[in-house]
Amino acid sequence: MHITFHLLAGAPPQMLPARSLMAFTLASHIVLVPMGVALPLITLIMHGYGLRRRDATALLLARRWSAVMAVQFAIGVVTGTVLSFEFGLLWPGLMGRWGDVFGIGFGVEAWAFFLEAVLIAIYLYGWRRLPARTHFLLGLPLPAAALLGAFGILAANSWMNTPRGFTLDAEGNPVDVDVRKAIFTPMFGPQYWHFVVAMLVTAGFVVAGVYAAGWLRGRRDRYHRLGFTVPFTVAAVFTPVQFVLGDAIARAVFHKQPVKFAAMEIVWNTDTHVPEYLFGRLHPDGTVSGGIRIPQLDSVLAGFSPDTEVRGLSSVPAGDRPTAAQATITHWAFDIMVGIGTVLLLLVLWYAIVWLRRRRLPASPWFYRSAACAGAASVIAVECGWITTEVGRQPWIVYENMRVAEAVTGARSASLWTMFGLVVVVYVGVFGSFLAVLLQMRTRWRLDDERRVGAGSVGAGATEPPETDTPYGPRSAVAADAAPAPGSGGGTAPAEGGRP
Amino acid sequence: MTAAALVAAVLLLAVAAYTCAGGTDYGAGFWDLTAGGAERGRRPRWLIDHAMAPVWEVNNVWLIFVLVIMWTGFPRFFQAVFSSMWLPLALAAVGIVLRGAGFALRKPTRRIAGRRVYGAMFAISSLLTPFFLGAAAGGIASGRVGPGTGPSAHAWYNPTSVLFGLLAVVGTALLGAVFLAADAVRHTSPDLHAYFRRRALAALAATAVLGAVTLTVTHDDAPYLWRGLTHGAGLFFVVVAATATVVTAWLLLGTSGAWSRVSAVGVMASAVLAWGMAQRPYLIPGSLTVAEAAGAPSTLHWLVIVTVVAVVLVLPAVVLLYRLDMRGELEPLTEADLRRGGPEREG
Repeated sequence: MHITFHLLAGAPPQMLPARSLMAFTLASHIVLVPMGVALPLITLIMHGYGLRRRDATALLLARRWSAVMAVQFAIGVVTGTVLSFEFGLLWPGLMGRWGDVFGIGFGVEAWAFFLEAVLIAIYLYGWRRLPARTHFLLGLPLPAAALLGAFGILAANSWMNTPRGFTLDAEGNPVDVDVRKAIFTPMFGPQYWHFVVAMLVTAGFVVAGVYAAGWLRGRRDRYHRLGFTVPFTVAAVFTPVQFVLGDAIARAVFHKQPVKFAAMEIVWNTDTHVPEYLFGRLHPDGTVSGGIRIPQLDSVLAGFSPDTEVRGLSSVPAGDRPTAAQATITHWAFDIMVGIGTVLLLLVLWYAIVWLRRRRLPASPWFYRSAACAGAASVIAVECGWITTEVGRQPWIVYENMRVAEAVTGARSASLWTMFGLVVVVYVGVFGSFLAVLLQMRTRWRLDDERRVGAGSVGAGATEPPETDTPYGPRSAVAADAAPAPGSGGGTAPAEGGRP
Repeated sequence: MTAAALVAAVLLLAVAAYTCAGGTDYGAGFWDLTAGGAERGRRPRWLIDHAMAPVWEVNNVWLIFVLVIMWTGFPRFFQAVFSSMWLPLALAAVGIVLRGAGFALRKPTRRIAGRRVYGAMFAISSLLTPFFLGAAAGGIASGRVGPGTGPSAHAWYNPTSVLFGLLAVVGTALLGAVFLAADAVRHTSPDLHAYFRRRALAALAATAVLGAVTLTVTHDDAPYLWRGLTHGAGLFFVVVAATATVVTAWLLLGTSGAWSRVSAVGVMASAVLAWGMAQRPYLIPGSLTVAEAAGAPSTLHWLVIVTVVAVVLVLPAVVLLYRLDMRGELEPLTEADLRRGGPEREG
């Protein structure tokens, strides 16, 4: 259906492969973003708690999260680099005409990301030899660098939604660029805060979900309690905030991008007393099938009164608005995101009520079952939010100023399809391996923990075979006998006295 | 100096920085590829892993910065380059993913078969990525790219491009070997020091020969570049690069070799600067000058401001990172650190 539309509309043949490739790589990258933005913060909270309370368990958790961060950040760097290439490989028209108008945000982001990469390298590799306090303090600017990076990216994306800060000359080229206006566009504020809080919530639920799963399997020691409580509390604090912010951004879209709002709510005709549809499908003739219809609600949500007029899709020519299929996708993505957000809010309320009344974690396995799923659910919500904003803007790449079809590359569509195929294969391999590596790490740590518990608390360290004291992987065995000057140490050298 | 010229200078410096920082990294991958079988290559690979790990992300972030300056400062230049050299840049992008993922995933993988696959992924893409990036640079330097030209093999499959690509590969091999030789000293492995010093000398010889060949080929294949390389500032940097080559050879043959890192960086950085200076005032010789390609003036001013602020913020951090790394303060967490009751240094 999607394909036939493009063929009928005479869109360039490059459009579908370019779009698919961009969508696929961005959808993959976005899974890593919450961890990149918010995992350092959560880890630092745990780290700080461990240092303050001299809590070995908290420090162990912080170290293990660092080890995960090391792999995840590296994959995020490469998938992010691919996106920068794709701006040129897929959308040269966008960058060629508008690069100097909205690119400055990317400039901020590039430097912020640079700073983040430096700080994260120091943090991840500083555990062993830097003084404890120095190490922690050097990690502290990490969340700020992450927020600054998000600032740049969101400035660019919100500019695409509500472009400002330029005037068009006779040939339609942007002149008189005002950088400040181009960064702080009407959608910037709502998008930025909605995004940042989404990242915190998602990272919190994902990390907590791992330990909730452990709790369900009977691992209920302090390690699991702490690993669950800290990230879940971070997520719990921000979930209600996100509910307010989500409401605010929806209303900002209603005012600043009415056509996108119409797609999100599948509103066809401009009207007052507009009903709200939960799901349902919009047809090209403007009818809606399926879904749950709630009279008046859309007008009430948009403007607090059933008399609020909501603009419909049919208020702009067919070529300037999302197709019925695109509107349905936007609508579903929006509804799923809101639905997940609502369920997560209820979960957080449960947690908060038990905590306030009994000062303990909920005991019900259903709570932990839900918490274990909350991570995946919030990642889905992030994906849906991104689909809502991107598909809802169609057919524009720069809202009301440039169509996606005008921006697409002139490379042959066969090459684009080939690259798409190649990238899918590579990404499936990379993400599959990433997941496998994470699971291996988890299993290894769990087995280590169980062995330690099984060996009893006294003298457990002495029973460890010596080669376990070396860096990860088979390489460790090599390291032990290969790294230091021959004869300078045994297998345990790298842990303590690797360097004379 | 106009803002556009200033941003062009920043772009050139960023390219030089990426060549040196990213180059060292790709070079390590080159030597990983050529280290031989699992048994023979075990020790060199161990050193490569340990030397690269803390800094490789930072080394590669320079590339993102180069791209951002290109599209923000010179949007038309960015559009022209990416439209006409689609294939090499697409392959470079895929290479970057394979390389980064291969490197990141190899470390925590325990099974030898898995490590082999990731290792091969990392090593082969370490070779191909600089080649394609170099070939794209060659297409720009020889003026084969132009605004409005569509994708064509002609833009990047030509004598200058191929030589630039090869020069990029041997240049990264040189940087990689020189830095690994120095890292071997830090890891107190004299045999590996000698191993990489020999390879550094070989790569240096190859770089020198290829550099000379490239220079002569540009005479006919890229006349504008040739003129720039043999006159004025371009010539100056060519001479600096040649001098640095001799100094590096002398240092590598000498007893300590401690300063060879600086001189090897000098070779590659001056080669890039020579290229940039030679094609002044053009971004693409013959078709697009810096002034023509420049974006909106206010954006360029802001780009300069952002760059200055960023340098003030980032430079100390980068210096700290490289210093900590060189002093051996940065080490990956070990299995023992990730185990309950493991060594408690903190708290």
